[in-house]
Amino acid sequence: MGSFKEIVNTISNPTILFTSVVIIFPFVFPPSDWFEKWHRKLGLHHLWSKKAIIIAMIGMIAFFIYGLGDYNFQKIVLKPDNVPISGLIFLVVFFTWLSMYQAYKNDERLEAGQKPDEFYEAPNDKVLVWPDLVYVELISLIIMSAFLLVWSIGLPAPIEEPANPTESPNPAKAPWYFLGLQEMLVYFDPWMAGVVLPSLIIVGLMAMPFIDRNPENSGFYSFKRRRLAISLFMFGWLVLWVMLIIVGTVLRGPNWNFFGPFEYWDIHKLEALTNINLSEIVYIKWLNTGLPESILIREIWGILIIMGYFLILPPLLAKTALKDMYGRLGVVRYSVFIVLIITALTLPIKMYLRWIINLKYIISIPEYFFNF
Amino acid sequence: MSEEKQKSLLEKAAESQIWKSIFRGGGVPRNRRQRMMSVLNSVFLHLHPVRLPKHAVKLKFTWCMGGLSFFIFLILTISGILLMFYYRPTIEYAYTDIIDLAEQVPFGIMRELHRWGAHAMVITVWLHMFRVFMTGSYKPPREFNWAVGVILLLLTLLLSFTGYLLPWDQLAIWAITVGSNMARATPFLGSEGPGASLLAIGDINFITMGSDARFALIGGRFMGEAALLRFYVLHCIGLPFIIMIFMAVHFWRVRKDGGISTPV
Repeated sequence: MGSFKEIVNTISNPTILFTSVVIIFPFVFPPSDWFEKWHRKLGLHHLWSKKAIIIAMIGMIAFFIYGLGDYNFQKIVLKPDNVPISGLIFLVVFFTWLSMYQAYKNDERLEAGQKPDEFYEAPNDKVLVWPDLVYVELISLIIMSAFLLVWSIGLPAPIEEPANPTESPNPAKAPWYFLGLQEMLVYFDPWMAGVVLPSLIIVGLMAMPFIDRNPENSGFYSFKRRRLAISLFMFGWLVLWVMLIIVGTVLRGPNWNFFGPFEYWDIHKLEALTNINLSEIVYIKWLNTGLPESILIREIWGILIIMGYFLILPPLLAKTALKDMYGRLGVVRYSVFIVLIITALTLPIKMYLRWIINLKYIISIPEYFFNF
Repeated sequence: MSEEKQKSLLEKAAESQIWKSIFRGGGVPRNRRQRMMSVLNSVFLHLHPVRLPKHAVKLKFTWCMGGLSFFIFLILTISGILLMFYYRPTIEYAYTDIIDLAEQVPFGIMRELHRWGAHAMVITVWLHMFRVFMTGSYKPPREFNWAVGVILLLLTLLLSFTGYLLPWDQLAIWAITVGSNMARATPFLGSEGPGASLLAIGDINFITMGSDARFALIGGRFMGEAALLRFYVLHCIGLPFIIMIFMAVHFWRVRKDGGISTPV
């Protein structure tokens, strides 16, 4: 069984975990015809069947029970403030399944020329709020109250040593719901990971209804006619938000080093810090001249790359790959959409640049606290 | 005479003057008209429409997450008010008051209820948004209400974040230190943010450790008494006040935009 733990530890490594998730993802939530074809061929549509969720839930419960036998796993999972994350994992899996299960059923109905399951014949098909809705609400409230009471009696709220500003814990972690953002600090400076990206998440969420203007398919679960929108949203929500939170909580130990779920949090674990800036790659590795004095000359390559990425790539895409979308959305909507998307994509891009060529910053001007 | 006998205790009570004075119209809602009136005549129930499409009462469609978020907010308000009886937001007392809550207050689970409720509310809000997305319910005419919902999400996270500091233990101050250090890097407004040094006249910097966004957030250069008081006031008064306004708009717009979304 030791080897099973080692396998889990190995595949939990962000490089392997993230790469495999990114590769598998479009086949699970296919954004286009090509992926859809393979989605069916590989039988992945069976994921959204009743059998699949039962197997998934049993598998996850079995994994947790097995894991709790391990000291290191137990220590991180049963930390009181991490308990909600275990709940979150189960809930997210269940509700992702529930929505996709209903979506696929409705897709089949629509294909067969029927109305979606939620369709009703107004106004005869309506039910009364009293008693039909208040009844459901009452039951939900009672169950939630009972659940919170049991949780509160069973698990004391954490209280550690009195605050001591001179003695910082290692690792010092933000509350769990912000750990996705803290995980981004590995790849971005605080002004990006802590300020700009969170703001863009908020702005991007608010902008969503103004970008996805397909007025159809609201009011019921569906996938096929909204597959690009759902696929993009799922990637942001499941991978860049929920998964990063889990990585930041469970898989990051002292000095923010990676630790597998069954690995001992060794405070002396050393990881070579060999990250270098783009300017150092260009001037020291390639040109062998040493860094130039002038900041502008030193960083010109990074600045050109970033300007190209944000200023030239969007119009280029509008003329080529995203031509249809550009026509549909118009200049303003397209610009907002593409800036949000390529900004979000800087995260995976920077991840891979870090993993493959140990790149620290593309632009690095510490003199003005501007590192990108 | 026989009719009289069949009346249940509840029905008898429902004819009393007291009952009638509380529940407008009186009586037990047994027939269709009375049931409709019972919703219309109640300040709480009339958040709802009188009638709904039938999928709107099915848990598999709604997941009930929006309602539960509101319910947990109410639990948090009540347990929070009770906690305020015992808690003093000063460095001297904050930590010991929390210890007292666990050790001195009989059957004291209010702190647990408050903390786990807060975590649960973050999750229910996320799942509510997830459901709204998956049913395409953010589409016209509900775009604005989706935006209001995003602000409610932000406020929920901020409420949870400000509350995290209050126990004033190692977990609290270091989590908030990690979080509030981000403010130092705010572009232009943080002392270590890009562009801050541009806001200067000659040698005089306007954005320094003593005047930047982080300073405004924690009321000082270091995590201390002022930060605790600020977070306390924001947590107990400031943010709840704002979130209630946005919730009122949110619920009102749910109704005005046509109630729960339905297929056309």
